[in-house]
Amino acid sequence: MIIIVFLICISLCIALFFLATYIWAVKTGQYDDTYSPGIRILFDDQSKKVEKSTSDKKNDIKKSE
Amino acid sequence: MIEISGSETGQVLKCYHCGDECDDDFIEIGSKHFCCHGCKTVYEILHENGLTQYYRLEKNPGISQKEKPQNTNFDFLDNPEIRQNLLSFSSENFQNISLKLPAIHCSSCIWLLENLRSLKQGILDVKVNFSKKEALVSFNPKTISLKEVALLLETIGYPPEINLSTKDETAKNTNRNSLTIKMGVAGFCFGNIMLLAFPEYLGFTGEFTRGLKFVFSYLSLLLALPLVFYCSSDYYYSAYRSLKSGFVNIDVPIALGITVLFLRSAYEITFDAGIGYLDSLGGLLFFLLIGKWLQSKTYEGLSFERDYKSYFPISVTKIESGKPKHVGLKEIETGDRLHIRHSEIIPSDARLLSDKAVIDYSFVNGESAPVSFRKDDYIFAGGREVGKGIEIEVIKKVSQSYLTQLWNNEVFKKAKEDFKTLLINRISQYFTVIVLGIALVAAISWYFIDISQVWLVFTAVLIVACPCALVLSSPFTNGNVMQVFGRMSLYLKNSDIVEKLNEIDTIVFDKTGTITHNDKQGLAYEGERLDSRQLAMVKKIAGNSMHPLSRAVYAGLSSVQDEAEMEEYTEIPGRGICAKSGGHEIRIGSAEFTGLNGRPSQQASGEVHIMIDSMYYGHFNVGTKYRPGLKTLFKKLKDHYAILLLSGDGERDLEIVAADYVDKNNVHFNQSPQDKLDFIQQLQRRGQKVLMIGDGLNDAGALKQSDIGIAVTDNVANFTPASDAILLGNNLKFLDKFLDFGHYAKKIIIASFVLSFLYNIVGISLAVMGYLEPIAAAILMPLSSISVVLFTTLSIQLTAKRRKMFTP
Repeated sequence: MIIIVFLICISLCIALFFLATYIWAVKTGQYDDTYSPGIRILFDDQSKKVEKSTSDKKNDIKKSE
Repeated sequence: MIEISGSETGQVLKCYHCGDECDDDFIEIGSKHFCCHGCKTVYEILHENGLTQYYRLEKNPGISQKEKPQNTNFDFLDNPEIRQNLLSFSSENFQNISLKLPAIHCSSCIWLLENLRSLKQGILDVKVNFSKKEALVSFNPKTISLKEVALLLETIGYPPEINLSTKDETAKNTNRNSLTIKMGVAGFCFGNIMLLAFPEYLGFTGEFTRGLKFVFSYLSLLLALPLVFYCSSDYYYSAYRSLKSGFVNIDVPIALGITVLFLRSAYEITFDAGIGYLDSLGGLLFFLLIGKWLQSKTYEGLSFERDYKSYFPISVTKIESGKPKHVGLKEIETGDRLHIRHSEIIPSDARLLSDKAVIDYSFVNGESAPVSFRKDDYIFAGGREVGKGIEIEVIKKVSQSYLTQLWNNEVFKKAKEDFKTLLINRISQYFTVIVLGIALVAAISWYFIDISQVWLVFTAVLIVACPCALVLSSPFTNGNVMQVFGRMSLYLKNSDIVEKLNEIDTIVFDKTGTITHNDKQGLAYEGERLDSRQLAMVKKIAGNSMHPLSRAVYAGLSSVQDEAEMEEYTEIPGRGICAKSGGHEIRIGSAEFTGLNGRPSQQASGEVHIMIDSMYYGHFNVGTKYRPGLKTLFKKLKDHYAILLLSGDGERDLEIVAADYVDKNNVHFNQSPQDKLDFIQQLQRRGQKVLMIGDGLNDAGALKQSDIGIAVTDNVANFTPASDAILLGNNLKFLDKFLDFGHYAKKIIIASFVLSFLYNIVGISLAVMGYLEPIAAAILMPLSSISVVLFTTLSIQLTAKRRKMFTP
């Protein structure tokens, strides 16, 4: 039966670890803004696109002229 | 009379940038249309830098640049002292500032701002906090100055809001953070205690398991310590504070319940008399804290506490021995000479040193026509200079000025919080007494039956009567109502306001900007007919002036198609304009200016007279335009509430107001800000509960004094004075809906009170009879809480749906 006590201690330690992570997350302000992180992950990487769309733009201007 | 309306366009063109409808003078690039040059410029900047993804993420994400204020002066950011105050971190080649950008509203905004570094060299990183509408901007001060950053943000449509009050807003959040942590800790303890309690409930008997039971009990006791000594600290404190002021609030029975729960469980465990009620304690606190957390929820992006400091600039230009110098507002002393540019705000009462000044006081006193001053005139603070730049000499310090001394009134010093009026606290007085009474009676009765049970029964009653469900019903109902209101652009400061909304019996409205539009003014012409060519000339000339009346005439004539040239333009501030067009001499302005001396002018301030080639034609009436839908609103409200109207304006519109809106006897004109405050106070002395609806600084005192103050604005990002709620102007017509829904919410709260009382009666009867087993408590207490939460949430949300409580 001593094994149950042992297991419970382990499970409590894991739970404590998660609690600590939660407190850390709150303190570092990760719950301050729940909207933008979810949006941010959907944005494409910028660097490559820039060159592409500038060349697009030149075409655009030629057309409109 | 000819009505001239501006909305006669055939097809509807939407601006590619901001999505507004385009007027006739739209701009075209390729297949894209823009409503104004501002929008076009922003598009071009983004296009040149390859940031057109902005337009792909959301449709028409931009902010209309049409009504954008004249270029804000960010020169003060060059003053190292002010800059040092604003920056959150500064080193030689790295600076970091948190800027409030009220215009942030969609995912495109986030994308654009966070890609700002590809727009300009020197910007290192931008991180947007969407709910606070803030951006943390890091930049290299060697390449780009803070002022340039601010200007860049302004050109792309996100003007940063920098003023005196930006500095002291950070402390607010820590309180809510500690509550969030408490909630997490309570959840952790509750979950683990419950796990440890399960074996006992499932039959944990026999010698074999005695050792385990011992371990489990003491572990739960250990886990209960943070619950009692950390998570519930707010309840002890609140109970102590209320008892000290001779009042029993609802936290008293809660604190009592928690203490008794813990002590009895500790007793049972240490003396091996049972397993205690620790799982109930955990559940109780966890649910209570969720309720409290919900109650503390606010709209972080909005500010409800603004005073004149947010309206005033952070610094002014002081003239020191002939040279301009930027100084902080607080450093202004009497006798200082200040330079006020076009469209800047007069920071303190002063004497005019320049020859002439034209100052717009509409935000301060509600009077829409600007006032002109001459040399040596006394100028009040708060107005906006609409003419050329002027010089003034400070007569009073900023905090002592005519406008700002309103904030020295006592109303602004104490927090508007009357916790005794909340329904829950009115009930709690009786509740606590009754519960204590029952516990005592039960204990005394058991004294005669079985003396060993006395202590057990007494504590069991206190435990089971702990008003968890009762406490949850208000925050959950009001929190849901607050969310429903938010969908209709009524943003409450906190959820308790919902309950206060029920007590209102008097509604006081402000006129200018509240029931009328501030910027959109109706235009009517009276006199000899003008042909389309003449109208075009008038439009052209009026379009060149910054005077509000000229702007109104120009806007009202936007449907005029013809173009006209113009030469020899001269504007005499405060009087009129004289210009030539197509060989005709045209004078536009006051009656006196157009040479109409003999004509009796009753109220000339809203009239624009027209004279062409020395012949008088007639005048435009720049009337106030009332918000649509309000007539029906006032009719509906009249049956249930006393309606009053206070206005800083002259008596111009008395007839219109009296005919359609408010009874003549209840309309009061020429009210100063202080008058308004006093007026509300008088009503309250007569026992009336007042809802004040206003918009400008002149209503600030009244909004604060009233039981509930709602600030009306056309753009939530704009300045609003301190208030309990912020309402979008277009939705003012739904005021009756809001009030009705508030009444409905009260019924729901009462119903859920009844529900939780029923649970209490069951629990208390069990306890009195001595049958309250730990398992009964562990089931009954969470069950009552959960059912109350479900009941309130569902009934509010479903009714909101049925009543169509959302903006169509």
